Amino acid sequence: MADRFTKSMARNIYYGGSLFFILLFIGLTWHTNEEMPKQDNRENLTESVIRGKNLWEVNNCIGCHTLLGEGAYFAPELGNVYLRYGKSKEAIKGFIKSRPINGIPGRRSMPQFGFDDQELEDIAEFLKYTSEIDTLGWPPNIQG
Amino acid sequence: MKYTSQAVAKPYFIAALALFAGQIIFGLIMGLQYVMGDFLFPEIPFNAARMVHTNLLIVWLLFGFMGSAYYLIPEECETELYSPKLALIMFWIFLVAGALTIVGYLAMPYATLAKVTGNEYFPTMGREFLEQPTITKIGIVIVILAFLFNIGMTLLRGRKTVITLVLMTGLIGLAVFFLFSFYLPDNLVKDKFYWWFVVHLWVEGVWELILGALLAFVLIKVTGVDREVIEKWLYVIVAMSLITGIIGTGHHFFWIGTPAYWQPLGSIFSALEPIPFFMMAVYAFNMVNQRKREHPNKAATLWAMGCAVMAFFGAGVWGFLHTLAPVNYFTHGTQITAAHGHMAFFGAYAMIVMTIISYAMPMLNGRKEANSRKSQVVEMWGFWLMVSGMVFITLFLTGAGVLQVWLQRFSDNPLPFMVVQDQIAVFYWLREVAAVVFTLGFVVYIVSFFVKGEEATINAS
Ligand code: HEC
Ligand code: HEM
Ligand code: HEM
Ligand SMILES: [Fe+2]
Repeated sequence: MADRFTKSMARNIYYGGSLFFILLFIGLTWHTNEEMPKQDNRENLTESVIRGKNLWEVNNCIGCHTLLGEGAYFAPELGNVYLRYGKSKEAIKGFIKSRPINGIPGRRSMPQFGFDDQELEDIAEFLKYTSEIDTLGWPPNIQG
Repeated sequence: MKYTSQAVAKPYFIAALALFAGQIIFGLIMGLQYVMGDFLFPEIPFNAARMVHTNLLIVWLLFGFMGSAYYLIPEECETELYSPKLALIMFWIFLVAGALTIVGYLAMPYATLAKVTGNEYFPTMGREFLEQPTITKIGIVIVILAFLFNIGMTLLRGRKTVITLVLMTGLIGLAVFFLFSFYLPDNLVKDKFYWWFVVHLWVEGVWELILGALLAFVLIKVTGVDREVIEKWLYVIVAMSLITGIIGTGHHFFWIGTPAYWQPLGSIFSALEPIPFFMMAVYAFNMVNQRKREHPNKAATLWAMGCAVMAFFGAGVWGFLHTLAPVNYFTHGTQITAAHGHMAFFGAYAMIVMTIISYAMPMLNGRKEANSRKSQVVEMWGFWLMVSGMVFITLFLTGAGVLQVWLQRFSDNPLPFMVVQDQIAVFYWLREVAAVVFTLGFVVYIVSFFVKGEEATINAS
């Protein structure tokens, strides 16, 4: 094989193969974007949800939690926490609001962020919106 | 050292190892927080430690890649670097910007950092690995562009080899895909979809070109095998990386609200992703077995072979373990992912940087080809301790992950996350023990740089 398979053949596979799959990937990216409205729950992307997403980001919730399975593995999955809490935004707000400033002795702790009522509402709205994204049946059960 | 301008690589390597030390310290902190939940709370909450850990990793690898390129490009191009001065200026800018960002993570709540850096005017913060303030991200782009300009100009006026071409393509790709970090749509599904254009297309795309090129360079040097042979392998390996890895991105599009066809597509292509890693391992051993010379730097050869093998296990084997959609359904976002992430990042990218450092540092320190035998023996002890530490970290996290999947996702009576974490705590303790061994290995490795003695030669061995 060493003789018949030359360096220029290897090079052509590299260039040709890469180009082909880059183009295919661009096509699939375009198509995925076309299909997204069917699953991504964009009809519920309200001003409140958008503010909630921003709060999610600037407080780095992803640094402890997973959201739809991506993030850190230190604290519970939150993509379905709205469902786990019996579709109660109040329960979610109550949990976030009641975190002790100095944590819970011996237990993994979540910071007290000091959100006001509007901010709590926005975060809860964001978690509700997230739970309504069609993730094709993931997670396997309510525990996330 | 054939060209004096290669010397700019040295500060880059030293900074890389210093930041690596910081990464390890914060790894140890998080490892403790996993089992002693209130450790350092609320001073250093877990998320802050995690940002420091993963961002230091990325930054030190970038330092490592840049240093490697500054060392390799003049030698391959057979000409001095276009501007060693620019390289030094960028070194300091990158180091200061990086240090300030890390201090920001630790000195204030993340929301305050977002505020003072004006995230509201151009929001990009708050996503895993991309936590840097927008101005830091812009700084990174400037540093990388200046770096690409510098080595690009060198390349243009010098000899062009397959290695430099592949390396350059990989580095340009690194810069291009990083641009997606500036795109932060309100739509969560879109946000997640394009986030992977940075993360996956880096480590399972363009970074593999960098890895392949650097490995090829060291193999040519330490084995003396004909360049033609090695370059042919390199082409095939990077071809397979891109052919499998680009569509392989689909293994992240199973459960984030993207179309169902990604399940078969992502499963099939990513299942082929181990092939280039397997080829890398085979070729590293082949080249060493067919070596045309004995190189006095035994440690560098060990690093090169170790890197190829660990990359194959971490990325190839541990990646394959959870990459098929029906398996990933249960393992997605568990300790299995953490196990794989650790061995893959360490085996492929941390180890290739240490391979180049091992090869280049003796010359950068004014030796002809290698350190003293004594220094190399110490370095190899560091190698084995770090590698065994990482293997056990991976195994214990895998154990934790299997149990987590079983208790929380698979059994008839699934338990809540926090209950499960308590039940598998013993694995986290064991991980921390393995992490201490790893840290010890790192210390031994650093000590090896200070072990003196007469340069090793072939006859003496
Ligand atoms: C420092 C780590 C950390 C950060 C940052 C963090 N959390 Fe948490 N979070 C936790 C931990 C740990 C728990 C589990 C607490 C317990 O069960 O005692 C938790 C639990 C929760 C729960 C309840 C989940 C359940 O299933 O019971 C919600 C809701 C939540 N967090 C929301 C958030 C939001 C929103 C943010 C960002 C504003 C955030 N968390 C940031 C650590 C964190
Ligand atoms: C001292 C040894 C180390 C310890 C104890 C440690 C511990 C940790 C912990 C606890 C996390 C967070 C996991 C979570 O989200 O819950 C983490 C994340 C991570 N660490 Fe380490 N780490 C160590 C060394 C390393 C090394 C050497 C590397 C690579 C070279 C590395 C790469 C990573 C990566 C890539 C992540 C993100 C993983 C993911 O998102 O899946 N770590 N580490
Ligand atoms: C050196 C190359 C690689 C590196 C550095 C790497 C690193 C990582 C990291 C850090 C993550 C976690 C991302 C997150 O935080 O969400 C991850 C996820 C993943 N990797 Fe890799 N990886 C590599 C190669 C591979 C390969 C070759 C495969 C497949 C064969 C693979 C399969 C996966 C899968 C399926 C996930 C998603 C896990 C989940 O669903 O939680 N990886 N990888
Ligand atoms: Fe991937």
